[in-house]
Amino acid sequence: MATDPQRAAVWRDAKVVSVDHHGELGVILRLDVPDRVVHRPGQHYVLRLRAEDGYTASRSYSTVSAPSDDLVELYVEKVPDGEVSGFLAEVVEPGDLLECRGPIGRWFAWDGASPALGIGGGSGVAPLVSMLRHAQDVGRPDLLHLAVSAWTADHLPYREELEAAGALVAYSRQKGGSRLDAAVVGAIADPGATAFVCGSARFTLAMESHLVAAGQPEASIRIERFGPTGEGDGNG
Amino acid sequence: MAITRGFTGRRKQAERDPRLPPGQYDVGKSWPVLTAEPTARIDAERWSLTIDGLVANPTTWSLKELKALGQDTYRGDIHCVTTWSKLDTSFTGISLDTLLEVAQPLPEARFVVEESTTRYRTNLPLDDVTGGKAWVVWEHEGKPLTREHGGPVRMLVPHLYFWKSAKWISKITLLDHDEPGFWEINGYHHRGDPWQEQRFDGD
Repeated sequence: MATDPQRAAVWRDAKVVSVDHHGELGVILRLDVPDRVVHRPGQHYVLRLRAEDGYTASRSYSTVSAPSDDLVELYVEKVPDGEVSGFLAEVVEPGDLLECRGPIGRWFAWDGASPALGIGGGSGVAPLVSMLRHAQDVGRPDLLHLAVSAWTADHLPYREELEAAGALVAYSRQKGGSRLDAAVVGAIADPGATAFVCGSARFTLAMESHLVAAGQPEASIRIERFGPTGEGDGNG
Repeated sequence: MAITRGFTGRRKQAERDPRLPPGQYDVGKSWPVLTAEPTARIDAERWSLTIDGLVANPTTWSLKELKALGQDTYRGDIHCVTTWSKLDTSFTGISLDTLLEVAQPLPEARFVVEESTTRYRTNLPLDDVTGGKAWVVWEHEGKPLTREHGGPVRMLVPHLYFWKSAKWISKITLLDHDEPGFWEINGYHHRGDPWQEQRFDGD
């Protein structure tokens, strides 16, 4: 009998159940994945688009849904000129089939049983929402502490859900806003928890520095990054 | 496999750059950063590289000592398992062949484990890092390697997915058996050949 990792590696045709837009850039896809392998919060799926001539393009997206959800929910942020995200945002409709494989990755994955600190920037909140939903499912919201940041309230996916759960929310470009700076992150650092940090390269670099400065052991920090290094970086 | 309704793609399959392995896209001039752990802060003056395990002459080099051995430049493509490829880029460092000439692998050595200062590990067959296929590098396109990209010194094994090129390399250990590293334990393929699309367990 095939193991879960082997089953997860199989490409499947998932049926798109719903497509919801969040703001100008966000798209929430809910997929019915046949013979689904149950994920752990934090794991991701790969979506692959296939043209008639055999050309394919694939990208990874974090799972937002709880393991108990019958559907797999993915959050897609449209990136400028994005071949895959643009298509998912503009063309895909309920009823379409999308090739997918997953869940993938056993590192940025929460066990749902030990203390965790989730820190997310912008669309980097997606895997943390899966952790949140799972914590609520298993009746252990006390295990998970969340701190999230976005430019403004409009730029924060799943804002209501995060606020309702008591997540620390910072808006860095909003009037009267705040940042996840060294003091704020220092106050929530918890050496006894695993820290899950997800966001852009610049965001995660800042967060890990704040955490380490506050005494969070490096070995307890798990990072999921996306996007290129910031402008002005020598390697571009 | 279903054709995706309405998807034509940016390019026709026939126009795809032949340097791109299946499922990869060209990131152009940018270079995404992917790391699962905190970014290491390493003083290049204190950094060293050790080759040990099944070798006749375990050796440790400082960066200055490595640079004194000579300089090789790789020019070509690199491929990340997360589907980006960076084409026609260059790295400068020293071929692992040169270092292994000094360390002298024993006949029973078959595999290597690369280890970083962060304790990140990745495993490879010895054949994948010998014969002009692997380097330890300190420059990218003529500039010192930045710490996000593994500076001061990282491994470069460009014919395999880039997680096999450990950032912040500090030790290379030769073994007679295969020992899965960080991503290999965490759901990724043991070898990682981009042309075979060996991305995950089970590929």
